[in-house]
Amino acid sequence: MPKREDIKKIMLVGAGPIVIGQACEFDYSGVQACKALKEEGYELVLVNSNPATIMTDPEFADRTYLEPLTEPILEEIIRRERPDALLPTLGGQTALNLAIALHDQGVLKRYQMEMIGARAEVIRKAEDRNLFKEAMTKIGMDVPRGQSAHSLAEALKIQAAMAVFPLIIRPGFTLGGSGGGIARNEAEFRTIVERGLAYSLNSEVLIEESVIGWKEFELEVMRDKKDNCVIVCSIENVDPMGIHTGDSVTVAPAQTLTDREYQRMRDATLAVIREIGVETGGANVQWAVNPANGRMVIIEMNPRVSRSSALASKATGFPIARIAAKLAVGYTLDELRNDITRETPACFEPAIDYVVTKVPRFAFEKFPAADTTLGTQMKSVGETMSIGRTFKESFQKALRSLETGRAGFGADGKDGPQERLSDAELTSELERPNAQRLFAVRAAFKRGWTVSRITELTQIDPWFLGHLEELAAFEEEIRSAHNLDGLKQNLALFRQAKEYGYSDRQIAFLLAATETGVRQARESIGLKPVFNLVDTCAAEFKALTPYYYSTYGTMDEYRPDNRRKIMILGGGPNRIGQGIEFDYCCVHASFALRQAGFATIMVNSNPETVSTDYDTSDRLYFEPLTLEDVLNIYRREQCWGAIVQFGGQTPLNLTKALEQNGVRIIGTPPASIEMAEDRKLFQELITRLGIRQPNSGLATSVEQAERIADRIGFPILMRPSFVLGGRAMVIVYNQESLRKYMAEAVEVSEDRPVLIDDFLDNAVEVDVDCIADGESVVIGGIMEHVEQAGIHSGDSACMLPAPTLSEPIKATIRKHTIEMALALKVCGLMNVQYAIKDGEVYVLEVNPRASRTVPFVSKAIGVPLAKLAALVMAGSKLKGLGFTREVLPRHASVKEAVFPFVRFPGIDTVLSPEMKSTGEVMGIDMNIGMAFLKSQVAAGSVLPVDGNVFVSVRDSDKDAVIPLARRLCALGFTVYATEGTSTVLRDHGIPSQAIFRISKGRPHVLDMIREKQVGWIVSTPSSGETPRVDEVKMRAEAVIRGIPITTTLNGLESAVKGLETFRETRRMEVCSLQEYHRHAPRLKLTAVEKIA
Amino acid sequence: MNSRWHWRAQREKTAFLALADGTVFHGYSVGAPVDALGEVVFNTGMTGYQEILSDPSYSGQLVTMTCPEIGNTGINAADMESARLFANGFILHEMNAPHNWRSELSLEECLLRNAIPAIAGIDTRALTSKLRDQGTLKGYLVVSGKIAEPQAVRLAAEWGGLDGQDYAAKVTCKQPYRWDEQGKLSASWGIADSLPEADLKIVAYDFGIKWNILRSMRRNGMAVTVVPATTSADEVLALKPQGVFLSNGPADPAAVTYAIDSARQLLGKVPLMGICLGHQILGLAGGGRTLRLKFGHHGCNHPVKDLKTGRIEITSQNHNFTVDPQSLDPAKIEITHINLNDLTVEGIEHKHAPMFSVQYHPEASPGPHDPYYLFGRFRELIIRA
Repeated sequence: MPKREDIKKIMLVGAGPIVIGQACEFDYSGVQACKALKEEGYELVLVNSNPATIMTDPEFADRTYLEPLTEPILEEIIRRERPDALLPTLGGQTALNLAIALHDQGVLKRYQMEMIGARAEVIRKAEDRNLFKEAMTKIGMDVPRGQSAHSLAEALKIQAAMAVFPLIIRPGFTLGGSGGGIARNEAEFRTIVERGLAYSLNSEVLIEESVIGWKEFELEVMRDKKDNCVIVCSIENVDPMGIHTGDSVTVAPAQTLTDREYQRMRDATLAVIREIGVETGGANVQWAVNPANGRMVIIEMNPRVSRSSALASKATGFPIARIAAKLAVGYTLDELRNDITRETPACFEPAIDYVVTKVPRFAFEKFPAADTTLGTQMKSVGETMSIGRTFKESFQKALRSLETGRAGFGADGKDGPQERLSDAELTSELERPNAQRLFAVRAAFKRGWTVSRITELTQIDPWFLGHLEELAAFEEEIRSAHNLDGLKQNLALFRQAKEYGYSDRQIAFLLAATETGVRQARESIGLKPVFNLVDTCAAEFKALTPYYYSTYGTMDEYRPDNRRKIMILGGGPNRIGQGIEFDYCCVHASFALRQAGFATIMVNSNPETVSTDYDTSDRLYFEPLTLEDVLNIYRREQCWGAIVQFGGQTPLNLTKALEQNGVRIIGTPPASIEMAEDRKLFQELITRLGIRQPNSGLATSVEQAERIADRIGFPILMRPSFVLGGRAMVIVYNQESLRKYMAEAVEVSEDRPVLIDDFLDNAVEVDVDCIADGESVVIGGIMEHVEQAGIHSGDSACMLPAPTLSEPIKATIRKHTIEMALALKVCGLMNVQYAIKDGEVYVLEVNPRASRTVPFVSKAIGVPLAKLAALVMAGSKLKGLGFTREVLPRHASVKEAVFPFVRFPGIDTVLSPEMKSTGEVMGIDMNIGMAFLKSQVAAGSVLPVDGNVFVSVRDSDKDAVIPLARRLCALGFTVYATEGTSTVLRDHGIPSQAIFRISKGRPHVLDMIREKQVGWIVSTPSSGETPRVDEVKMRAEAVIRGIPITTTLNGLESAVKGLETFRETRRMEVCSLQEYHRHAPRLKLTAVEKIA
Repeated sequence: MNSRWHWRAQREKTAFLALADGTVFHGYSVGAPVDALGEVVFNTGMTGYQEILSDPSYSGQLVTMTCPEIGNTGINAADMESARLFANGFILHEMNAPHNWRSELSLEECLLRNAIPAIAGIDTRALTSKLRDQGTLKGYLVVSGKIAEPQAVRLAAEWGGLDGQDYAAKVTCKQPYRWDEQGKLSASWGIADSLPEADLKIVAYDFGIKWNILRSMRRNGMAVTVVPATTSADEVLALKPQGVFLSNGPADPAAVTYAIDSARQLLGKVPLMGICLGHQILGLAGGGRTLRLKFGHHGCNHPVKDLKTGRIEITSQNHNFTVDPQSLDPAKIEITHINLNDLTVEGIEHKHAPMFSVQYHPEASPGPHDPYYLFGRFRELIIRA
């Protein structure tokens, strides 16, 4: 049956900002859907608040709304656009929840919109615990025993009836299981139930029989409107039930099921999708299997594409989201082609002849106070995937892809923490699910512990443990070569080690050699990997799409290609400080260079991304971003050049070694990158240019640090030498803290000194992105931070155009930026951070590479900076490309950061030089206050329009808060304040209610928060020492209750401005990017005049 | 500790697979220490090596699994598709020790006990790609160390292969027997808990019949008498069956001339159903021709379209020959199912006589259960007749 002709205009809702549990996989699925629907000729209206997504690039839809994902805004867009249909299944839980809300409020009906992909009843049946259970029982599925509760009292009654611990508690309608947990006793039970009820959008928790320790599986299924169903992929968790799938190591295909068990699961999965009624598109069903008797219970199903479907797509080559979009508009599976083979239909079940391993990436180092034990609530911030012919190879590749400094499954000189544990400690590390547990497994095998003993402690299936045991033992086999020469003489053993996935680095460690030595030895005897295809069909048909992985096999499927090839190195797994923004830049580079006639070679290991979609680049290598793996590809492909400046810190860290090995780094010379990172060289440069910098120094000892502090005076900013996302960076206010930092916080050595800067208190921070081609420099945007200097730029809200900077200051900034870009011979992008204090401009940091703000700026000004940069790097000039002048948009754009605090109960939410945000949103409006308000709403911090606001500011802010408080009152807010602030306000004639400090008496602010008497908190942290316990408690409580907190007066002022505008208009106007960009410069993106 | 693993033997790779075109793949032995000739075919199923090895249709073939990790779930009695392993040899990437609650025996041990050679450490993707490009090749699997490579290549090339060979005669039962009168074999874990009354009397030709066909018929209320391949139509009719079933089986259908004759005689006299070789025999009996496919269909993911309903089923397949659609008389035979990958014939039906057959395996085992309904259709056909 052909596509539907009765619908013309389709609205697609994205997933919003990157948060734990909802990452860039929804950009990947959204982009596929956009492409799929556009090629069918539908008109697309896209809504997403996340500017770092590819899907919000204006060319992917006819109308792109970078607006908050809320019901009123969506209704506003619907009113304006009048789409025929809403496709809600590709934007994660966010889109699904919004679609349900629009349906329930009658909006869809009012505007005669049809929900395609999944109807509201279907979504409800899948998501409502009771309805789901009922449906499952009806079709004879075994479910964990349990019941849902809507209050603590009800929950306790259920617990009493079940009379068993542990119990699993899951809140209804949330993302990635937030607020859930495992209760082992009544006290834990009460805490988790209360938390769960607060998180659940419908105040519901499900209390369930524990299937902890069972095997966990997931099947990805697709269905078309004729009821044809296929299973795309089976996924088995290495970590047992009880650990969120997002936090589990998983493999595809399932490894430990007999055909009978697998088919039973397949039958059940098809029965589930049919009963729930997902008419078209993808879904996934999770199963728990008792390893002792095969009892299989259903855990849950998602009636939409998900993180797992992104993984399944990358694991098999089957584009689930693309197919789901086509099915939603009426096609059937047999009418669609398999893009990879192009001969066979999409109606089949992929067969894979390799093993895929996914490993989650955590960021606990960012949240030292957070509980690192893994449970049903997802805590990982990213993931990496790898492909190998065997589990061993795949697993080792996955661990070295993880960007945690590990070279594989141990044997890399970093096993100390686990090897040093006592037997008792090791036992407890094996029992407690945590991010390092697999390394503890290795340590246990090294001690001769048996598979059965470790199975008992970890509940990891013995099949996997057997392989890990063999790997741990094989280290000795490698060592039996005595030294590198010995291994070189024994090609068979060398090859076997590579087949088992050992990296050159591991082999170097085991044989006390160097990585370079191992590589040279390996290459000298012709031991190189081959590249095999991911082809959906286990080689049964010829595959046309060049999607490769490396392995040590005998057949290389590499196809020669004489075009000029540029390799783009991606960013690896998402983590805090390195997210979707860098993938966005890589994807843009690929798009632009392909259009200009180059063949692009993408290397990345992150399955969530658009960069690892098989048609983003001419060739995709799903490989770890290590020197060894990248060099293998570069040499095999004989690339013309490589781009390292788009993928964030991961490829940058490889730059030097790549260059030493003959890789031609195109764009800004690596020496310039180094110069910008080397304090001394950089200082010389800017002194020469006459640019100011905060006073600074380098310390390798406490004494030295103290001397520097004496010279420049407290407060100072301290950090280790090489950082990304502000790791371990702190503001230090006194001697005592300085000593503590030197002693505890960082490893200090001669070649890794601690950097000390004068901290410019209360300065305005500014971010500048520019692009240069060696001859000319054009400013992309000057962004003013809402938060003062001292808060990591990735965490601060910023505004473009800069609202408070004077023209002379801006002129100075432009001048400095251009001078530095020219002096550093920048060819491509450069980001500079400035601090403005007392009318002086200081340079804080220069990064001659793509920055986190590139997508935001590109969308604000309507110029794709990363595309331009890629072309410039390939030899084009800005003049030829048509980008010669800074764009000064008439509308205002505000970027706001989004934080994962809600995942880590109890930790302080105050911002610091250490980056903590996982994602970002953008607000655009003609009015800057309104743009700010939109950014807050989009970030989930919905400011009230009236009611009670609690204000508590530090002493230095007391004067400045007065006019703002007055305006709040004028807006109709009732101001509550602690005594100090309240007195100041009343002295200035502002009515305010005084309440107690938490430590002084009641009612205090926590009471107000709990009783929902306060709708907004303004709290500027007291400067100096560690924040007061009071403040930490208040902020943590507010985060859990979802009460917006404003922590700077700049933020407050912007918010007040926005609310004032809102009071006049009473609604938020929406406008598409295409309209905002009407005046953007016309570029000639295909022009590559000269290739070096 | 190293004695637990056989790393040295694995690297020395003294076993090999010699192909008729002169290619030699090296690996190490993980089965019985005997050498074997056979046609090399690949199977893309990701589960079900036990069912494949014990499927008599694999007689005469050296099977390679494209799935690299094999042996993971061991071997258990309930999942057997016949009384023993039938493949001539087994070729795999990596042999695993079993870890599954249903496992009773390791695959390696099972291969040893059945005197089936197996080789691991092979780049099975390279082998598969070769077979895909060149078509099925004859091969000699040498694990004994007694034959040199050139000799093995020559022996493989000289071997006659399966064309024109009647292997059904080799694997069929010697005497008729009644399937599972106590109902113990047809219901087991993961298949069925209870069985309906067996009210239909069926005779099933055994050309290498898989037990799950018999289990499936029993589950559909059929009491089945299994008869040898050479049983004549008269002998079958003498048993007064309400339906006759023609089973799957190995090698070339055109060589099973006696069965084609029997089928021709039975056609119109009694409702007929055929699977795989049985389907090809019915095609031949209906006046059609069979052809050899380049590398066959062996796997669990083949999309088949039911031309009457438009519905797609994902099917389990294992065949090297196919019914030539050009050879079928449209006045008599209707093509009911086609393979969506290569549009080959997957099912036929007689327009005037109660007969239908499918090229694929509705009994699955291994593979998806989508076409299981066909046994119900056979039942309906009988009841209507």
